Amino acid sequence: MRTLPEPFAGWFAARGWAPRPHQMALLDAAARGEHVLLLAPTGGGKTLAGFLPSLVDLAHTPREGLHTLYISPLKALAVDIARNLTAPVTEMGLPITIETRTGDTPVNRRQRQRERPPNLLLTTPESLTLLLSLPDAPEMFAGLSAIVVDEAHALAGTKRGDQLALCMSRLATLAPGARRVGLSATVAHPQALRAWLSPTARAEDVRLLETRGGAAPVFELQLPEGHLPWGGHMGLASAPEIYRRIEAARVTIVFVNTRAQAELIFAALWRLNEAALPIAMHHGSLEIGLRRKVEAAMAEGRLRAVVATASLDLGIDWGDVDQVIQVGAPKGVSRLLQRVGRANHRMDEPSRAVLVPANRFEVVECVAATEAVQAGDLDGEPPRPGGLDVLAQHVLAVACSAPFRPDDLYAEVTRAGPYAALTRRDFDDVVRFVEDGGYALQAYDRFRRLFRDSEGFLHVRGKQVARQLRMNLGTIVETPLLKVRLRGAGVLGEVEEWFVSTLEPGDCFLFGGQVLRYERLDPGAVIVSRGGEGEPRVPVYAGARMPLTTYLAARVRAILHDPRRWRHLPEPVKEWLRLQRLKSELPPRDGLLVETFPRGGKWFLVAYTFEGRLAHQTLGMLVTKRMERLGMGPLGYVGTDYVLAIWSAFEPKGVEALFTEDILGDEMEEWLAESSMLRRTFRNIATIAGLIEKSHPGAEKSGRQMTMNSDLIYDVLRRHQPDHILLRATRAEAAQGLTDVARIAALLARVKGRIRHRVLKQVSPLAVPALIEEGREWVAGGAEDALLAEAAALVEEATDGAEHFSETLAEVTESVPVRGTSVARAKARDRRHARYIRSAPGMVTGR
Amino acid sequence: MSAAPVHVAGERLMLDPAGVLHWPARRLLCVADLHFEKGSAFAARGRLLPPYDTRETLARLIPLLRRYRPRRVVFLGDSFHDAHGATRLPPAERAVLAHALADCEAVWIAGNHDPAAPAGLPGQAVEDWEEGPLTFRHVPAARATGEIAGHLHPKATAPTRAGGISRPCFVSDGRRVLMPAFGAFTGGLDVTDAAIASLFPRGGRAFLLGSERLYAFPLAGHGAPRRHAPEPALRTS
Repeated sequence: MRTLPEPFAGWFAARGWAPRPHQMALLDAAARGEHVLLLAPTGGGKTLAGFLPSLVDLAHTPREGLHTLYISPLKALAVDIARNLTAPVTEMGLPITIETRTGDTPVNRRQRQRERPPNLLLTTPESLTLLLSLPDAPEMFAGLSAIVVDEAHALAGTKRGDQLALCMSRLATLAPGARRVGLSATVAHPQALRAWLSPTARAEDVRLLETRGGAAPVFELQLPEGHLPWGGHMGLASAPEIYRRIEAARVTIVFVNTRAQAELIFAALWRLNEAALPIAMHHGSLEIGLRRKVEAAMAEGRLRAVVATASLDLGIDWGDVDQVIQVGAPKGVSRLLQRVGRANHRMDEPSRAVLVPANRFEVVECVAATEAVQAGDLDGEPPRPGGLDVLAQHVLAVACSAPFRPDDLYAEVTRAGPYAALTRRDFDDVVRFVEDGGYALQAYDRFRRLFRDSEGFLHVRGKQVARQLRMNLGTIVETPLLKVRLRGAGVLGEVEEWFVSTLEPGDCFLFGGQVLRYERLDPGAVIVSRGGEGEPRVPVYAGARMPLTTYLAARVRAILHDPRRWRHLPEPVKEWLRLQRLKSELPPRDGLLVETFPRGGKWFLVAYTFEGRLAHQTLGMLVTKRMERLGMGPLGYVGTDYVLAIWSAFEPKGVEALFTEDILGDEMEEWLAESSMLRRTFRNIATIAGLIEKSHPGAEKSGRQMTMNSDLIYDVLRRHQPDHILLRATRAEAAQGLTDVARIAALLARVKGRIRHRVLKQVSPLAVPALIEEGREWVAGGAEDALLAEAAALVEEATDGAEHFSETLAEVTESVPVRGTSVARAKARDRRHARYIRSAPGMVTGR
Repeated sequence: MSAAPVHVAGERLMLDPAGVLHWPARRLLCVADLHFEKGSAFAARGRLLPPYDTRETLARLIPLLRRYRPRRVVFLGDSFHDAHGATRLPPAERAVLAHALADCEAVWIAGNHDPAAPAGLPGQAVEDWEEGPLTFRHVPAARATGEIAGHLHPKATAPTRAGGISRPCFVSDGRRVLMPAFGAFTGGLDVTDAAIASLFPRGGRAFLLGSERLYAFPLAGHGAPRRHAPEPALRTS
């Protein structure tokens, strides 16, 4: 075992620290020139471990130029790490230069960094991509010795991760000697993460170092004092208990699942905040300056609590947090652990977390997650293959840097983990797409962006192509957002455009913890003033809710099925399950329970599938198509994380025929053709691939316009060249991730011949939460036209034509104050009706 | 498909849910903003949009010509996305279009995108077209009666209980008709935008295109406000 060289040993000793074993292990690995993936819980000195070999090397042999590239998913993290590294380097008097480069770096510094790069450059995947697209990239990176990827688990498996893997492959060509170091939280699929990091796409070529966390985290379940809600996901009923726990701890992070929930919980806590405790809020739609202020206040210990979304899942360590409260179900085990790890960053003490389920199903889910943590199990999907849209962007970026030969680039690309299985046909089609659009109709020969020279090298045609690429770089496609500008006080943050479209001047909404009155719309910004009358609405954001992981779903199912495992459940939940056993039956572990019952003049079908919201939305679409075909007159459906509920005009009989594997055939094709989910996927893919322009804040074109235009392109392309590479990419991506088709296929195979159909006289206890769930979808197939017809008739007659639909709702236990558009406003008394307006964009866009 | 009648300047005009206007008394068919060859216009500037837009637009237009068998077809301007659009028209599409127009008189009104007459296609090119009490022109005039115009690509969002649904639309107040854009790659401008709203100071109706019929909504407060849509996007960028 080696010892730490001077001046490092002295510096450690002066602080009373001893180097940790994994820090030494990384030094050893670096000495052997090995690539390493370090899995360690937060607080283990992981980042220092990643840099230590570089610091030691540079202290020993100082040199000019780039030595180590550090890549973090967060700009703020790169900046923070730079600060944390500069301190010891200065204290030890080491001749090492450290700089960051992000989107915020001023132009003059960027220019200087290209001419005289620092020894350690800390950056993000996007900034690295930009650097690699420059003609002087080979020069700048030639001497690179090490690449450190922080929070690798948050990048692998995403499009940013695809892009980074391609960039690392490029770097391996430019600097073959560079070692790779991946730093990650503990993950369910370490092999896949090794392969992602590997310069050969083979997991074996990356050494795995794992440090187990010290003490296991301790969980506590917190239920509201009064009635345990049947439905709802906000957890507002528990606000008094959350407040009391904040009072009792030093510093608390209150994690919630959505930004809307953050606003509501924050408002609820401040209503109770008689002691005026400093409680703040942090979510991704708040203006960046406000977020930085909250982070700074937290770091300086000036806050007692912060209500946060996933925006704080990663990032800067705050040593003082002694309590984490998770409001709402955790939805995944790994995610829960990540969040719990934000408290108490010392490895030898257990982290403490309080789980606050918002409804009965969430209680079961919390218990399931706790059991999984205790069993040491993790979840998470293995990384999917890399996106072809990301590859298209990369191909053009490579061409902008220097001419390339397709054979060489193909070899380089397939050395990146996500693209190891890329076929030559797909690669060639992507290159052709970049070249001339890749259309069967050879119409664009004179507009090609690349040309081939006699030696087979592909060159970029003209400077404009490179300029366009740089405008379009990156894989994050934002939902159309509008800035929220407070009169005389600047920008508070952003809300989605569709939400604003439901407001009228004078309406008020809750944002950034205050009630704002909508004044008017300026180009790109919503002008608001403080205050306002009436119940405020709450902006909600697309795709905000995480679906339940497969793994956790299986655990939930297992608990429900087996009364012997109910001992950790609180009494009201046990009572609920007992009642279910009495009135119907418990969902079987492997089979599928389907209940049908009449209610309010229609028939309901509830299937206990437990496959997560996304899968249920797709399944709902497919099953209702089949019901349509069988003449059952399906009217609508809703998918929760746990069940799928469908209502129809006629009694569904022979339900076995609805859950057969062949619905993935015909119905699937039909659905895919019209699915607006596919349109959204296409929009992202077409944007990343550079077919359509990325929307830039303040630009003339609004996101709404872009959505529409990408739809037009999608329709035309689908009709005239259905096998175009971007449509293939769209279908592949939709099938893999968003629609969870694989989960549905596995479910249908599993329950084959094991469907238990119960015909009931009335709704069963387990079905109630689904019937009061928001986010209902309309049955596809002319549904839009039907809705238009109805709305037109409604406006004509000014009657309550929509009323029959609301009647299918049971009582709502936890209401979010929402008011609707003008039609809804005519009947503002009926809040149940107005709730649809809130879930409305989901319908229009098919979410 | 059932067309809906509107009365403008005493004339009965049929609004077809496919997005064209038919004047039965004169056997006249009017279509606005085809933007042929928009894909190739973008390709020339480095955005390689699918080259199938002309083919697609024609595939929707030809059946309408067959159904109505008009004596006269008025192309309401911006028939081509740019001044060179007509020269880029692929031979096959040019032949299809010429054939479809063989039995009728084509009137090509000049648009801001295509100020010149389309080269090599049958018909006459005019600045605007007057027939009976009606005036057909590309850009709507500030104060006009009996006017049929295009240019603005109107669309509207109707509030339904499942959220807003956006469609291209006709707009009319009985004095004038604003036509939806017909081309495959044409975006829309919301009817609440001042450019459109100011044309209908006394209100009017938006007729949203549906697959089988039109859906009518009163213009003023016909639904949730959609005040923010800027210029038709692919056009200006």
